Amino acid sequence: MSTPTVGDALPTRTFTVTREDLVRYAAASGDHNPIHQDEAVALAVGLPGVIAHGMYTMALAARAVAEWLPDGEVVEFGTKFTNPVLVPADGGAEVLVAGTVKAVDEEPGQGPLVTVVLEVTCAGTKVLGMPRAVLRVPCG
Amino acid sequence: MSLDQSLVGRAFAPTAPYAVTEEAVASFVSATGGQYAGGPAPATFAIVLAFEAMNGFLAAEELELRRIVHGDQRFSYRRPVRPGDVLTAQLSVTGLRQIGGNDIISTQSEVHDADGELVCSTSATLVHRGQA
Repeated sequence: MSTPTVGDALPTRTFTVTREDLVRYAAASGDHNPIHQDEAVALAVGLPGVIAHGMYTMALAARAVAEWLPDGEVVEFGTKFTNPVLVPADGGAEVLVAGTVKAVDEEPGQGPLVTVVLEVTCAGTKVLGMPRAVLRVPCG
Repeated sequence: MSLDQSLVGRAFAPTAPYAVTEEAVASFVSATGGQYAGGPAPATFAIVLAFEAMNGFLAAEELELRRIVHGDQRFSYRRPVRPGDVLTAQLSVTGLRQIGGNDIISTQSEVHDADGELVCSTSATLVHRGQA
């Protein structure tokens, strides 16, 4: 896209998360917490079932941001994990990532800093709290 | 078991040096449904380092990973992580509260490269669920 402008709505991305994805993510990230793979363990610690790694959902948000601003370099990225993404044994969970350009701050001698606020939902519920990314994009 | 305030301010041992490879970045990207085409690692990749640092902390304090739920995560990058980097992470505990039988542990991990330069500073809130 061309240089982002405050108020730009970024096209919503939809991702499907399956339990197989979570197993692969556990191996790739080193996060082998069984609550993300084993229903019995998840239930035993009081969760409603197998939930996605919060970092899995955050990685999906990062994918959407990278697709929106492919030349951007992420300098800050943060979120709260407010609601779990429950991943059923069959099929998967759908995660929607929407974003809006909240600020474009010019920086002398380098590319502007673009702040993107995100809305990440699963089954109509926000799963991330105040997710926000700041990217440096090339000049012009 | 309840953690006490003496934990706050403590820094734990840095992780062993971790060499970032293209294969590792590609596996990480592919696990989240993307395709890695070279270049910098994705914005959440530093969690690999931060997670290892957290595992060291949990082992030192005899906390069970299965009782940990992630409250929040923030990354602040000086520069992107790239294949070829050799990185270490060191975790410090920056705060501790107890709410409803759970420990709310604030942590900060600094990720440095082989030259000792800061690459990423990342904070996480860990909710340690009580035995209820």
